Amino acid sequence: MLPVVEPPPRDPYAAPKIDAAVAARWLVAFLRDECIGRRGIKNAVIGLSGGVDSAVTAYLCARALGPQNVHLIRMPYRLSSPASLQDAQLVIDALGAAGHTVDISAAVDGYLQYEPDADPRRRGNVLARTRMLVLFDQSAKFAALPIGTGNKTERLLGYFTWHADDTPPINPLGDLLKTQVWELARYLGVPAPIIEKAPSADLEANQTDEGDLGIRYPRADAILSSMLLGYRDEQLVARGFDAGEVTLVRGRVDGTHWKRHLPTTAMLTNTAINEFYLRPVDY
Amino acid sequence: MQSDSQVAPARIALVQSKPRKGAYVENLAALRAVFAQLAALDAPPQLLVLPEAALTGYFLEGAVYESARSAERFGHELSSLWRDVAGQRPVEIVAGFYEVDNGSYYNSAIWLALDERETRILHVHRKLFLPTYGVFDEERFLSRGNRVQVFDSPLLGATTLLICEDVWHSIVPTIAALKGARSIVVPSAAPGRGIDGEGELVSVARWRELLRGIATEHGFFVLYAGLAGFEGGKGMTGSSCAIGPDGTMLVQADADDACIVRAELFLDDVEIARANLPLLGDLRAVLPDLLSDEELPWLRGRGDASGC
Repeated sequence: MLPVVEPPPRDPYAAPKIDAAVAARWLVAFLRDECIGRRGIKNAVIGLSGGVDSAVTAYLCARALGPQNVHLIRMPYRLSSPASLQDAQLVIDALGAAGHTVDISAAVDGYLQYEPDADPRRRGNVLARTRMLVLFDQSAKFAALPIGTGNKTERLLGYFTWHADDTPPINPLGDLLKTQVWELARYLGVPAPIIEKAPSADLEANQTDEGDLGIRYPRADAILSSMLLGYRDEQLVARGFDAGEVTLVRGRVDGTHWKRHLPTTAMLTNTAINEFYLRPVDY
Repeated sequence: MQSDSQVAPARIALVQSKPRKGAYVENLAALRAVFAQLAALDAPPQLLVLPEAALTGYFLEGAVYESARSAERFGHELSSLWRDVAGQRPVEIVAGFYEVDNGSYYNSAIWLALDERETRILHVHRKLFLPTYGVFDEERFLSRGNRVQVFDSPLLGATTLLICEDVWHSIVPTIAALKGARSIVVPSAAPGRGIDGEGELVSVARWRELLRGIATEHGFFVLYAGLAGFEGGKGMTGSSCAIGPDGTMLVQADADDACIVRAELFLDDVEIARANLPLLGDLRAVLPDLLSDEELPWLRGRGDASGC
């Protein structure tokens, strides 16, 4: 009998690979180029939620611009988890960056008092858009550029508030899946409690991302990695992915396609912006 | 052409054989045991690929003439062996052998398709590039093949069969790709050399880089079956492997022992790979201009009435 060499067990849910050192070096160069090189802005403001995405963004900005030029803005609402505030403080302390706290409760409640019947989803969106408003104003205050913190998984699944989380003009993490952000966080030395806790938008009590999405991040990331290469659903299932999860992920990606684009503009002339009048963003 | 709905993987096995030099009958008997082992698997392979000179060993020199067979005879011997141990179970078998045809001798590989009713020789490839330098002396004893052909394998679809040095000339797999191949299968016998590498012989690393590069450039599967064992001090480097159309090494054997290498191929990965890296499509568009370049040696001076 000859020995049989088998291929490594095929694990469709294997974590997407990332060389965190390479990614970090590349993203630091990106931040320097976009902030200083292209715009001549030496400061950054980041909405610091206490979660891993904004923590990683803060660490990258500190490397790129120096911690003294990074303003980390905590924006708690009166019902936000106190733990989020504490975790954010861990980042501020570790980096030695400037930490600021802007309580958005009065602003949010000032509006919501006129909308007492707003459901949790609407209230969550009001929180997110209020934070966007504060972040941009703080950027003007500090002559700083707002830096986005959204990761690729939430962008693909449409798990963000349109014209809120996605508004900063540059985003270093937007092409990294959540599991890759975790890897990058470990490499950068982000405090363990931030990496290990269940991700949450903290817009509602006891909310978790994975509870909202109906799928664990590692499983969603593995499906997305293959799906984005062009595999059809039946091909993904043939490769060992769970059919129900594939349908769930496909549905979220297809159903939120519009959220990853600028507003749809009616074309009326042959000089329509972004249709006929085409210029790269850095032109 | 694979249908859009084909999603089940193709099961293949690379038989990294270690034949005793020139002992064809003995090696054929050993192959019977291998076939029996493969046929008894829960999910037997649908394609078996054996190395170059799989049943004779590679360095035969003048003994090529004693070991060579016609393609028909070799095909019959292989198919009979499979039928003996596996009955009518369908299979495709690829194997390298020294071929004699009407007094000419070739380093060839055969592709057989066995179904319930019949055995067909789908293709015989005669090695194009006969290494005749350094340790090699093929052209002294053998004639060259002269064609790169693409044919339909029931399992793999449009396929090309090449032997060893054939794939070191990048034009050869390029022609195969342009003619529509979705996979290339490479029986080989590669004597190892180079001890200044990292963790493996330099020639083994070079082969792997070469094969992965071919797969990536053209977006097709590469199945490589390497001969193993020492032949008069020259160690064949095995390293049989299956590579996906995006260059991913799906499985690879060690260099030095006989073994069976199994893999499952999702054949529709070809479309994905070519969509994500459409180099082949780009080549189709530009190649006519490149080949009509009058600075190419065979076009230079065309139309010049002078000559020798």
